[in-house]
Amino acid sequence: MPPLRFVNVTKRFGKVLALERLSLDVSDGEYLCVLGPTGSGKTTLLKLMAGLLVPDEGSIYFDDDLVNDVNAQDRNAVYVPQRYALFPHLTVLQNVAFGPLARGKSASFSMEIASKTLDLVRLSSRAQALPNELSGGMQQRVALARGLASGARLLLLDEPLSAIDARLRLDLRHKIRDIVKQSGLTAIHVTHDQDEAMSVGDEVLILKNGRIRDSGHPRRVYRRPSGIFVTNLFGGASFFEGIVDNTVGETALVSARGLVIQAPSRMLTLTSPVVLAVRKERVRLSTNPPPDMDNVFEGEVRSIRFLGNSREYVIRLSNGDSIVSRNFAEGEPEFKVGDMILVSFREADVMAFEYPPQGLSKELEIA
Amino acid sequence: MPALDITGVSKTYGEIHALEDVSLRVEDREYVCIIGPSGCGKSTLIRCISGIEQPSQGEIYVDGKSVKRTLIEDRQIGYVFQDIALFPHLTVRDNLAYGLVVRRTPTKETRTVTNEMLGLINLRDRSRSYPNELSGGAQQKVAVGRAIATGAHLFLLDEPLGALDAIVRAELRYELRKLASDLGLTVIHVTHDQEEALSIADRVVIMKSGRIIEVGSPAEIYHNPKTLFTANFVGEANLLEGRVANVENGLCTVDLGGHLLNLPIHRFKVGERVVIMIRPESVELTPQAEKGWIGTVKQVTFLGSLNRYVIDVGRINIISEVSTKEHSTGFGVGESVSLLLKEDSVTMFQYPEEGLEKEVALE
Repeated sequence: MPPLRFVNVTKRFGKVLALERLSLDVSDGEYLCVLGPTGSGKTTLLKLMAGLLVPDEGSIYFDDDLVNDVNAQDRNAVYVPQRYALFPHLTVLQNVAFGPLARGKSASFSMEIASKTLDLVRLSSRAQALPNELSGGMQQRVALARGLASGARLLLLDEPLSAIDARLRLDLRHKIRDIVKQSGLTAIHVTHDQDEAMSVGDEVLILKNGRIRDSGHPRRVYRRPSGIFVTNLFGGASFFEGIVDNTVGETALVSARGLVIQAPSRMLTLTSPVVLAVRKERVRLSTNPPPDMDNVFEGEVRSIRFLGNSREYVIRLSNGDSIVSRNFAEGEPEFKVGDMILVSFREADVMAFEYPPQGLSKELEIA
Repeated sequence: MPALDITGVSKTYGEIHALEDVSLRVEDREYVCIIGPSGCGKSTLIRCISGIEQPSQGEIYVDGKSVKRTLIEDRQIGYVFQDIALFPHLTVRDNLAYGLVVRRTPTKETRTVTNEMLGLINLRDRSRSYPNELSGGAQQKVAVGRAIATGAHLFLLDEPLGALDAIVRAELRYELRKLASDLGLTVIHVTHDQEEALSIADRVVIMKSGRIIEVGSPAEIYHNPKTLFTANFVGEANLLEGRVANVENGLCTVDLGGHLLNLPIHRFKVGERVVIMIRPESVELTPQAEKGWIGTVKQVTFLGSLNRYVIDVGRINIISEVSTKEHSTGFGVGESVSLLLKEDSVTMFQYPEEGLEKEVALE
């Protein structure tokens, strides 16, 4: 039974529609990542769950009980804000013990829970320190410990890692997930970082302008995204505008400003304008024509981006469009800027979408 | 002539040594990224270059001239911060023109330069907008344009993309880099984002505790780091402790707690404690074979263009990243796999005196 359910929830701030008829189910023990650009309604969603905001329309249920009008402190949920908001004059231990104390637990019980939780986030040795004596990463772990110690079953994490250095963020994101799972909690984790969402979420939910654009297992959302915006936000791709010229069996021939791209014909209708998308890692580069490739085009290497574990090549095709290829091979780059090479990808790796009413560039806009 | 020469710069605040004996040459038109954990001194260093702070010791030369006695406003340095500091009551055009107007540039020239900037930052159609009508990315482009409009050639960028959404940040960094190349600017760009640094810098500077600990091209820093700290800080790394068991015919045999690895590395002696570093993408996985290093898949994380595996090999875990390029099904949790470490991708270090954990600590 889902511990958390939204049914057609709408929230307005004056004339601004922050969330529009949003429905979702979060099951017990789930780690849900909510991904969306700035202003998409992520924080509003969390605050509605926490009871810090009241919906204008719709219903919010916890364990099948309607909680629209239940105060924050009476919900089984705790909101961990983006900036840690620790009490500067209290020690780390006292900060963590604050939640249970505020809920009326005894001092000894609260202290015991607090020290156990600090153990979990590996900060026992700093229990007597004041917050400003700790690094940002440590303070974030204290904030997390405070959330955990509150005894709430639903943990609401608002960009918990955004104030932390990129390298430490990698370590901490796995740590937070492990702690949530070990403690058997349900977590909603809001982020604008798609890598973070992909790597820690059991499920992801993608928001834009207060509406859900897609939700599901990260692998499903990546492989079969609901639309152009989601494709771009969740993994990125190269996009092509075209028109369906012909269909031959399962194959559609799409003419894209002078190139003919083979795409799966499913859902495509003749003469309709479409947008095609190809993920970076599905694009192959070679000097000789590759076998078994449905789409092969000539192009010029325009730039090479070193990303550590991989390299991205930006290739300009003969029609002026760009395509990006991501390669995990080590060593020196295979090609140089200016080289003429062959770009290839399989028909099965082409995603096709209806042409968006407001144009492609509008649909790709992030914020 | 180097655009910038920093020699022996230290900066102390009371007891705190924010910078200790920092020396760095930045060539004309070079794009240098400085990375390091919070508190490593990277921001203090560029504050010293800009003139906002005075070094306690050492000298800074711009185009061969010491800037010790040059006021901030006379240093001809463009400075862009993380917090986007545009004038909210001025349009994009007027924000861009601001520096020129302050310098009493003739109106006609100001208009020409401002038009040019609008084109460079691709915001011609937004010239009459106010900052709060623009996205964060567009606002930061205006801040960069405003700095360029002043005619400076040396630019200090302190986390210029830090306040932006991840995906916007990734796009804007390439735009920024292209702008710098096209205009022949010399740039020092401070960031906490390793990927940002690797993808746009000519050279990367790694700082830790007020010191520069390593300088190199992005590929050198990533593939052949000189220190364990860098190995761990830039990208993910498997750091495996071991001991040299044998050295023979140019091959060094390292005992990784039972598993033996032969490496074409010289300079180590039998019995020496070592740490070997291998990147996750250099650990290949195959279905379990008879021989070799066998492990069990403990965790699989789908990361879009790759799968990340945590492999339990007994005492320790090894992380492997495998491209999802081919339509392979990959491995599942609990499955036995053979690990193949690409030997030429292994870097070996002496075991650090204060222990591995301390050596690579980020905080």
